[in-house]
Amino acid sequence: MAGATSFHPESLLAELAEHARALRLESLAMIHRRGAGHPGGSLSAAEIVAALYFHKLRIDPARPDWPERDRFVLSKGHAAAVLYAALARRGFFPREDLERWGAVDCHLGGHPDRTKTPGVDMTAGFLGHGLPVGVGMALAARMQGQAYRIYVLLGDGECQGGVLWEAAMAAAKYQLSTVTAIVDYNDVQLDGAVHEIMPLEPLVEKWHAFNWHVLEVNGHNLRQVLEALDTACEIHGRPTVIIAHTTKGKGVSFMENRAYWHGGVPNEAQMKQAEAELRGKP
Amino acid sequence: MSAAVAIREGYGRALAEYGAVDAKVVVLDADTASSTFSCYFAERFPDRFFNVGIAEPCMVDMAVGFALGGKVPFVNAFAALLSLRALEQVRTCVCYARANVKLVGGFAGVSDFKDGPTHHSITDLAIMRALPGMTVIVPADATEAARWVPIVAALDGPVFMRVSRGSALPAGNEGLPLEVGRGLVLRAGRDVTLVATGTMVGRCLKAADELRKMGAEARVLEIHTLKPIDADLICRAAEETGALVSAEEHSVVGGLGGAVAEVLSEGYPAPLERVGIADRFTHTGPSPEALMDAFGLSVESIVAAARRAMGRKRGGR
Repeated sequence: MAGATSFHPESLLAELAEHARALRLESLAMIHRRGAGHPGGSLSAAEIVAALYFHKLRIDPARPDWPERDRFVLSKGHAAAVLYAALARRGFFPREDLERWGAVDCHLGGHPDRTKTPGVDMTAGFLGHGLPVGVGMALAARMQGQAYRIYVLLGDGECQGGVLWEAAMAAAKYQLSTVTAIVDYNDVQLDGAVHEIMPLEPLVEKWHAFNWHVLEVNGHNLRQVLEALDTACEIHGRPTVIIAHTTKGKGVSFMENRAYWHGGVPNEAQMKQAEAELRGKP
Repeated sequence: MSAAVAIREGYGRALAEYGAVDAKVVVLDADTASSTFSCYFAERFPDRFFNVGIAEPCMVDMAVGFALGGKVPFVNAFAALLSLRALEQVRTCVCYARANVKLVGGFAGVSDFKDGPTHHSITDLAIMRALPGMTVIVPADATEAARWVPIVAALDGPVFMRVSRGSALPAGNEGLPLEVGRGLVLRAGRDVTLVATGTMVGRCLKAADELRKMGAEARVLEIHTLKPIDADLICRAAEETGALVSAEEHSVVGGLGGAVAEVLSEGYPAPLERVGIADRFTHTGPSPEALMDAFGLSVESIVAAARRAMGRKRGGR
């Protein structure tokens, strides 16, 4: 668990929970409307994304290219829906743009594109790019005496690939304490359960062995997520990874823990049920 | 700089010198600094040099991060590794994400003669040329490689520059201006055109000497920029000489020969003979020169190709 280095009032937690719920609703509506997208991994990351975009990140929607801004790299780029929903809700572009997601003349593509969408710090698509790019960003910032932090959201399936671990070594070698990686550990990937397809365990020990500071949280518990994000800022001399245990498809009963909903698209009836379940919860 | 200087030596020295001019330049290598000669930069600017270990894909993505942070990264690795192992990083994060990254592929062609086909790079130009947004530069000798460093650094956008391990016959282009996308006329002639890139430039100049002895005046073009290619220069040569030969230390598939064929077929159809490595894998050899000769890149091969091309001119010869 993250150390209790910070205090977060109930009002903040309630506010962020409301943002997370809105991101879930918006993500599903976007995927339903477009007939494409990745609901499971968008829902599992909702609290993490809400905590970052509505509390932690030093960003300015009026200046998406502000050099001193914190960077957020959605390495698991297939969760584009939740990122787009957060950016719109944060004011980087009009909410109406979300309704045109995937149109040929819309700036919102299937995966995030830094050259097209205001607020997207790095293009993503195939997995494994976010951490090494984040390492380069952190080194550049250090050389220029800039204090911004780099947050990289990783999928758990992504941790099966090798490039990520090349970058994990590099981040530790260069003692990049401005890098915070977050693993959205929902244990479900396209073809099934992560622990069956290619187990990651012991994951905490793996990151330890790569000389990272490791925090473990319930990724849907906003207090724990916020505390871990704060703790990471206090760690010096090495990067921090937050292993966030989450539920794929969190908040929608028929989606939870089911690989089908990695890239499944809810139909009309399923949308109604999902919305009812999400709105019914506090 | 003497023509006998290795192309990598020209590049490595120039990069270290340019480091003093532009503080934004950072250099990355993947445990080959003493081979690519990025070590010269590392010695002078240790704080701006990053050795990432044997991890080319990570290195390319890290360079993207540097570029997004305002730096001008030069990424050094063997050309075969940059264009094959790290290709997805190059395509997605350098080209598609439009990051200002300079990729320098060393030990190109068969210049790493002694290590064999795994280390030879005979498809890098075809691969890099196919990527949208990529600029592809091939210096002909050490002097030219050195001259490209500041130009490549100043260009805004992705660049792949191909560097050989060894030296090449002199291109003799020191007095000519180097400009991205603008080919050079190294020799005038109206009977046939030799279109050369990289280490084949010097060989084509020699072939032109041989052709002159046979009574044919060969025009010699240096295409140092494979992309964007100087289509006007090539088409004008086709119009004025009626027959062409392309020459490259690379597969005949998709490299200079492919590019010239594309230009001619749409711009000015004319007989073209492609001198390059046939569509096959290479093997180990005792020297780059011996391997180039063995794989059909000799001066004699160029001369023979020129004669075939001239024989195919409309109306014969």
